[in-house]
Amino acid sequence: MKNGLIVSKIKNGTVIDHIPAGRALAVLRVLGIRGQEGYRIALVMNVESSKMGRKDILKIEERAIEEREAELITLIAPEATINIVKDYEVVEKRKQKVPDKITGLLRCTNPSCITNNDPEAATKFKTLRKSPIELVCEYCETRITEQEVLRQILE
Amino acid sequence: MQDLISILDLAKEEVLEIFEKTDALLRGKIRLRLDGKIVSLAFFEPSTRTALSFESAALSMGGRVLGFTSEESISVAKGENLADTVRMLDNYSDCIVIRHKFDGAAKFASEIAQKPVINAGDGKHEHPTQTLIDLYTIKRIFGTPEGLTFGLLGDLRYARTVNSLVRGLKFFRPKKVYLISPPQLRLREEIRNELDYPTEERVDPRDVIGDIDVLYVTRIQKERFPDESEYEKVKESYRVDVRLVEEMRKDSVILHPLPRVTEIDRRIDSYPQAKYFLQASLAVPLRSVLLHEVVGGVEA
Repeated sequence: MKNGLIVSKIKNGTVIDHIPAGRALAVLRVLGIRGQEGYRIALVMNVESSKMGRKDILKIEERAIEEREAELITLIAPEATINIVKDYEVVEKRKQKVPDKITGLLRCTNPSCITNNDPEAATKFKTLRKSPIELVCEYCETRITEQEVLRQILE
Repeated sequence: MQDLISILDLAKEEVLEIFEKTDALLRGKIRLRLDGKIVSLAFFEPSTRTALSFESAALSMGGRVLGFTSEESISVAKGENLADTVRMLDNYSDCIVIRHKFDGAAKFASEIAQKPVINAGDGKHEHPTQTLIDLYTIKRIFGTPEGLTFGLLGDLRYARTVNSLVRGLKFFRPKKVYLISPPQLRLREEIRNELDYPTEERVDPRDVIGDIDVLYVTRIQKERFPDESEYEKVKESYRVDVRLVEEMRKDSVILHPLPRVTEIDRRIDSYPQAKYFLQASLAVPLRSVLLHEVVGGVEA
């Protein structure tokens, strides 16, 4: 890494690379990590990247990423790579795809949508565009932009 | 046909087939029967024409009807949710015709029900059976909706009939569609973006009235406005009056899904262009054909 911003390797855990600059905190929020959980975490923000210009990186010790979490991460970091580390070695490199459908994770912004008014009606969104993310509610057809996805994740 | 939630659930060929059958029904060439079939009318929101025309359609084919036309009379008033009400109707009938104030309620109902669900208006989303009636009326008058110039006037933002109509017009390649409304009530951008025919936004119908073959007028949907003050700003912001109609071509027509409030002067009713009562009269035969297709009755 240039500029000497060095973070040592982790022994076991997960490294999430290629997070868009400034979004590492949102990724932590997706993972439900607020700091009190006790994980050893290295958070690198706004460092140079040949691919992205600038990017964020997260290193989390002793924490695996579940499929559903990985899907959520793609909504705010579509290019992210998830590296599984065991004994200081990357044993698996996952490039998660943005899902075609997202069920139950996000709210529809239309107050008159059935999903905001019936306890059984879970939200269902179809992905219209992957980067930046744009979704459409399968019930009322309201569009959800990346900004709204971020807002909901960070609130 | 299974469910009818959006007008785009139908293919153009299916729309044309419904029109042909409606023609045949009106000419007495076919008889449609629904003996032994039960149609549920689940009107969680008030309705006069839509509910009664579905009821009349089912009864005229020998089918039976059960249901309600307001939330007060059913257990929803006691706090029962939509899903449980739909499950009950699914057990009691062969088809559910649903109207609901929330957008997407009909699709949600269709996911719960095993039986077919027909959307009779869900919030500000869609009203596909009204569009079938609108397009059929245009076909009766002009032979086809193809190549015509339309003026959609009024509340294009909250009127579900407009959403379904602009989508339904994709089947027929109109020459042009003028979207005429106060700026606050313009057609939602995501709907406009999906249209593949020429459209133009206007505020004053007088600028284009001479070009128009079909003037489609809608009521301002007071009940869909997020707040009363927004409604106050636009209420009575347009009106089809004698002066406007005098500028229309004699062979042009005025349609309205009804009910109307003040947006069409009652003196217009006697003008040759006023076709909204003809339009309303076609609701029963068209909905008969549709119900028959969906429920699967006998044809003779």
